[in-house]
Amino acid sequence: MLTDLSPSDNHLRATGLACRRGERRLFKGVAFDAPAGTLVRVTGRNGSGKTSLLRILVGLSTPDAGAVFWQGRPVLADRLAWSSQVLYLGHASALKDDLDAAENLEFACRLAAEPIRAEALALALARLGVAHRAGVPARFLSQGQRRRVALARLALTSRPVWVLDEPVVGLDMAAMAEVEQIIGAHLAHGGIVVLTTHQALDVAAPRPMVVDLDAVSLEAVA
Amino acid sequence: MSTLAAILRFELLLAWRRRSALATTLGFFVIVASLFPLALGADPKLLRLIGAGVVWVAALLATLLGLARLFAADHEDGTLEQLRLAPLPLPLAVMAKLAAHWLLTAVPLCLAAPILGLQYGLSQGAIGVLVAGLLLGTPVLCLVGAVGAALTLGLRASGVLVPVIVLPLEVPVLIMGAGAVEAQASGLGAGPWLSLLAALFIVFLVAAPSVIAFALRISSE
Repeated sequence: MLTDLSPSDNHLRATGLACRRGERRLFKGVAFDAPAGTLVRVTGRNGSGKTSLLRILVGLSTPDAGAVFWQGRPVLADRLAWSSQVLYLGHASALKDDLDAAENLEFACRLAAEPIRAEALALALARLGVAHRAGVPARFLSQGQRRRVALARLALTSRPVWVLDEPVVGLDMAAMAEVEQIIGAHLAHGGIVVLTTHQALDVAAPRPMVVDLDAVSLEAVA
Repeated sequence: MSTLAAILRFELLLAWRRRSALATTLGFFVIVASLFPLALGADPKLLRLIGAGVVWVAALLATLLGLARLFAADHEDGTLEQLRLAPLPLPLAVMAKLAAHWLLTAVPLCLAAPILGLQYGLSQGAIGVLVAGLLLGTPVLCLVGAVGAALTLGLRASGVLVPVIVLPLEVPVLIMGAGAVEAQASGLGAGPWLSLLAALFIVFLVAAPSVIAFALRISSE
């Protein structure tokens, strides 16, 4: 599934990002430079603007200042092209209560215009340990199971950039290990992952990086 | 294109799973339209006179029912974010959603309207014009209503605000739709009125999706 990546060109860059919510300035001068294989961890206390930063990166919000570049081009110059490069999983799992797990996953893929085969879909659900719940309407799934269904997208997508907002919240150890492995494999294939998490996530990343919104300074941990 | 078809298909599937909600809209339409004879008395001449207007007012109110929640569920569960990030222009995605909404809520109204027309003693020609008017007018009602729903997305009072914003804007549709039936009944011919409705439909079909998409972007920024 990771075959169409051309890893050498992959390059996500942000310069001087600033964000304001009402009167309050959340952050300014956020910048990072993430080549292929980079895991960017966005850290900061509650309310420091982690989610806002992720939403700016994917193009859901416009920054007050600064810009995001993908392969050297500003992403806002061609929103549709950027949309087909980035996968965003937000706080909300985007599951419909009246659809079952498999239908929800299929819709997510189709909405993203990603090709989908029934076997791959079943395999992805199995990987996240929810295959036995595939035919159950999402309203009967537990919080952790809903999260697992949403995360099964990761096993199906061919997009190079993943932006994940608290991806492992509510997951048990087994599911967390699986997610760590999926993210690790993506990075190894030249993908780029930007995520926020309060849990300790053990991912084998070729290039780890931390963007700390409390300090708004950037430090490579490598 | 296949993304559009997917949105349409999943909206229809979702609506089918919640089909009781659709019956509610239709039931509301029939009940509202049936209240007037109870209040005004059963004089056949009076009923024939007010029939078209009553059906139109009932249709206006019934289409409002589902509208306030049109984008709210998607907004709350995160689907709206994914719609905005889908690799297709947001106005197109909005159109697909609205097409499904119209098919499932307005088309049943159009199908039920002839029965209500008979109840009010409308002539066959008048009933034909009534249905034609509804088929042209209800898409406009959906589009205008969706603008209101998108503008009030995330506001606590949106359920009350949407009718207040939307109803005044829907007055022209009401005038043209009811006017068409009246013109038909008085022998003038409904053609001009229906043409006006069609023109209104085209204008809104072209303009509204972009406005809705713009409002959705602002509301979910």
